[in-house]
Formats: sequence, structure tokens, C-alpha cells
Amino acid sequence: MTAILFLAQRASAMVLALFVSVHLATIIYAVRGGLTAGEVLARTRENHLFFAFYLLFVLAVSVHAPIGLRNVIHEWTPWQGRSLDVVLALFSLMLLVMGVRAAVAVYLPPEVMFG
Amino acid sequence: MMRASNSQPGFVAALLHRLAGIALAVFLPLHFWALSGALNGADFLDKFLKVTDTPLVKCVELGIVLALALHLMLGLRVLAIEFLPVRERTRVAVSICLAAAFAVGLVFLLNVV
Repeated sequence: MTAILFLAQRASAMVLALFVSVHLATIIYAVRGGLTAGEVLARTRENHLFFAFYLLFVLAVSVHAPIGLRNVIHEWTPWQGRSLDVVLALFSLMLLVMGVRAAVAVYLPPEVMFG
Repeated sequence: MMRASNSQPGFVAALLHRLAGIALAVFLPLHFWALSGALNGADFLDKFLKVTDTPLVKCVELGIVLALALHLMLGLRVLAIEFLPVRERTRVAVSICLAAAFAVGLVFLLNVV
């Protein structure tokens, strides 16, 4: 692993340690008595702090996960080189786009999305 | 066949950390896709939550929460080894990580049942 990837992996891990702890606490709180869309969206709609938190969470994940997968694939399979890096860069981009879309979906008020 | 070193707590911790990470990497796109359902309105998300309200899905959810907690705890151990001037007692540190992760899983289970 190059020095830059190592630092990106560890820096994102430090940020994610905080984010994941908060996320786990939120999950456990939210699932009490069952989940409904109304409850979820009531907590998240137009909640700026929530939106900023999850945007940063998604960004950190899209850095952390592909580098971790790269290490595992390097060690456990013969797949190395440019093709692997391209696939993992695309995976990173996919996580970023899908993650931001998910955060926007539960953050934006319905009138913004549905007119 | 497992070598003697493969049964050491450090090896088991590294293996679990990686397997949990792989599970999370597979799960994340599905999680994002499901949440994006809210773009189609609260009704869509409610239908999705109802369809997935089955014992099997609850078991998978428990597995994902366990994987997340395990990956977090074992990742904190890696960061501590690499960045803190501490000499860990591997067996104790790994036991604490596993216990904390299973405690999170248990609390989740008690809240969804």
C-alpha cells in the first residue's frame, strides 16, 4: 500500500470511528418499537446537522472501503495492478454517488422533491 | 488446514476485521439504494420497510449491526496499536473488542424483538 493510501485509510478510519459510534447508537434508538418511514423522515427532513453528518460519513466511507478492499484483494487473490485500482476507484465513486443520493432522499422536504 | 499461528487471537481478530469489512462493503450499496427509495415518497419507503419486516431480514440486520460493531472495535484496536505508545495484551484486547461488539448486537436484538 502506498503512503498516501495508508494515510487516507487511517485518517478516514479515525473519522469513521466517531461516525459509526453515533450511527450505531442512532440505529438502536430508532428501531425501538419498529421502524416506519414517517418516524425516520420526521427525524431527518430538513435536519441540517443530520445532513452534514451523513454527507461527511458517506465521504469517509467512500475513501475507507475501497482502500480496505484493495488490501484484502491484494493479499487474498492474485488480482493486482491498474485494472484493480480502476474497479475500486469506480466502486468508490459509486458509494459516493449512492450515499449522497440516499442522504438527500431522507433530508430534502417532500415539496422540494415533488413540487 | 489451519496452522497453529492461525488460531492466535491476533490472527482471528485480523480475519474477523476483514470479513466484517467485506460484509459491510457488500451491504452499503443496498443500504443506500433502500434509503434512496424516499425519493419516491414516504409511502414507497414504508412499503419497503413492511416487505422487509421478516425474521430472515431481521437476522441479516443483526448480522450487519454485528459486522459494523466488530469492524469498529477491531479497527480501533488497529489504530491503537499503530498510533498509541501502548503494548497491548492481544488476548485481552481482542476479547474486549468481541465482547463490546456482541453487547451492541445484543442491545440491537433486544430492541427489534
